[in-house]
Amino acid sequence: MGLLDKQFSDENIILTKAEDLLNWARLSSLWQVGFGLACCAIEMMATSASHYDFDRFGVIPRPSPRQADIIIISGTVTLKMATRIKRIYEQMPDPKYVISMGSCSNSGGPYWEHGYHVVKGMDRVIPVDVYVPGCPPRPEALLEGLLKLQEKIRNESLVKKEKV
Amino acid sequence: MKTQQEIFEILKAQYPDFITTQDTEANELAIEVPALQINSVCQFLASNPDLLFDSLILLSALDDANGKKNSEADGSFEFDGGTLSVIYHLESSKLRHKVVLKVVVPREKPEVESVSSIWQHADWEEREAYDMIGIIFLNHPNLQRILMPYDWDAGFPLRKDYKNPEFYMGIKVP
Ligand code: SF4
Repeated sequence: MGLLDKQFSDENIILTKAEDLLNWARLSSLWQVGFGLACCAIEMMATSASHYDFDRFGVIPRPSPRQADIIIISGTVTLKMATRIKRIYEQMPDPKYVISMGSCSNSGGPYWEHGYHVVKGMDRVIPVDVYVPGCPPRPEALLEGLLKLQEKIRNESLVKKEKV
Repeated sequence: MKTQQEIFEILKAQYPDFITTQDTEANELAIEVPALQINSVCQFLASNPDLLFDSLILLSALDDANGKKNSEADGSFEFDGGTLSVIYHLESSKLRHKVVLKVVVPREKPEVESVSSIWQHADWEEREAYDMIGIIFLNHPNLQRILMPYDWDAGFPLRKDYKNPEFYMGIKVP
């Protein structure tokens, strides 16, 4: 839907589909769990800061998972941390989304072969919506990841999909 | 300020029974100390007015991987016998000298006296050495894992013959 202001000629009535309205509301205020893991978290913080301004997409860090809609797994997920992340994810209310940021969280990254302590991909623990590649991804890449997630939410449906 | 050699001579005169050799394998010389005497030797090093070693720079553990290597069909292997070592780097900030000590213990019974009563900082260093290589520090106040999960039971990851478990709490590991 994009920006809505000055798009209508009549100021009393707006016609839209319930689905579109819900999706638009959801994708425009994705509050993230204030949570960072390793070097990628530094880039995530840079994305939140004034230069890249995550806030203009409605992404604000929330200190509690109960008030959040997305969790950005930004960095190396160790086995010890994975159990905690799972708990944080379970505490988030539905609908909830996951962005996996960086090679570590996508696949184990630099620890693929010899990391006895690293989970080889966050999707082994919780379902991931968008993968952002890079080590670390630049803030632009993370923004692109967020736009991809918004696109995904925009096409969500209230109707149950038929099982194939 | 004293050199490693001079400190070695002092220790040799103080403990003629068990301090006899220096390890020359690495670039640095290291005075070899028996595992169950390290605490008293360190106490002497810390309190003697000519030595005054007031800080432990580094405590590291090492898998010497010098036992008999039993290879298995899947390419993994296990060591039978051999040794593990613990290396201590000490410094005196007053007298500006350093010394390196080395303790060698058998792989089957890697028990070393703790020095955490002398330098507090050794507490976490020893926990790490226990966590990664599996050195048991006797008289340590709180010898439990520090980096790996507390309930990790698949062994000590920096040993050369370590094998990753298939799963940890339902998460596939390798
Ligand atoms: S992907 Fe690279 S930058 Fe990101 S946490 Fe892993 S090692 Fe660090």
